[in-house]
Amino acid sequence: MIKGLGSFFRGIFGAFGSKKRVKLGFYGPPNAGKSSLANRIAKDWLGEEFTTASAIPHETREVIIKEKVTIKSKGKELTFNLVDTPGIATKIDYEDFIKHKMNAKEAKDRAKEATKGVIEAIKWLDQVDCVLVVLDSTQNPYSQVNITIIGNLAARDIPVLIVANKSDLRKADIKRVEAAFPQYPTIGVSALKGTNMDEFYEQLFKLVKR
Amino acid sequence: MLTLQYMPHHEFAQLSMSEKISKILKYVKEGNILLIEGRLDPLEESELIKRTMEIITKDFKGVEIASIDYSPKKNSLFEKIKKDLGNFLLKRRPGLTIVGPATIVKEIRKDPKRIELLTMDNKKNKR
Repeated sequence: MIKGLGSFFRGIFGAFGSKKRVKLGFYGPPNAGKSSLANRIAKDWLGEEFTTASAIPHETREVIIKEKVTIKSKGKELTFNLVDTPGIATKIDYEDFIKHKMNAKEAKDRAKEATKGVIEAIKWLDQVDCVLVVLDSTQNPYSQVNITIIGNLAARDIPVLIVANKSDLRKADIKRVEAAFPQYPTIGVSALKGTNMDEFYEQLFKLVKR
Repeated sequence: MLTLQYMPHHEFAQLSMSEKISKILKYVKEGNILLIEGRLDPLEESELIKRTMEIITKDFKGVEIASIDYSPKKNSLFEKIKKDLGNFLLKRRPGLTIVGPATIVKEIRKDPKRIELLTMDNKKNKR
């Protein structure tokens, strides 16, 4: 019933497509490149980054929104609010942060903030219009976190594009990501290097039309 | 010593979502690995993650979780409808769910056909 209503309202608002700002969520496990991709999009269309990306897990610990990002593809134009969310995880160990040269207090504080970030990210699932699930294409895609995220989006009938990030790395395996979630379109990109972004924007427009 | 706690479907399915999560976290916080007959639905999984995050401390670092769906894929339409109806009436999601404390289960590696459960000692031995 709720699923049906979601589609119904999306259909109605879709009719006013050009006026509405699409809330585009960036979801995925920590360190997959959600913030890098959000920054790449912001840089491509606004000329500036808006969030911090780093190699340390849980760099994004609260939801960060960039409003009014207008993207053009093949003569069409859409305006988005980009919603960069903290990485979703089932465990957070402060000792992992110590390995990244933090002292014990900094590591514990970061772990505490990271737990709150995960909760916030899950709560935001009810507020986004469509979602980019950003996965590290060098990692095994069959993780429970990935399955839980995608299962939750399917249960809410939210359109999904899977972004297999880090496609420039030697170990990247886009086909494995595609095979793991055949029900959704998958696009390989390198957010850091900006590889395959034109194709990505085309897929993004198709996603919003759905 | 590792304790595997089995939770049959009939014991689990009658509980509300909140009760299921409380039960899982109670066992896991005691250091047990839970084998649950059936799968959690996606909303239950995300609720489990949320509730886990609320209770993380320096000693309890979270959970490792994996579920396997072993329902055969190539059923005839009639077989599929029959099975889906049976599962609906019995509130059953066929499969198996494994949940363990992250301090004991370091990693559950999963591909479509198998699950590898790596415990702390296992990992140390591998190095």
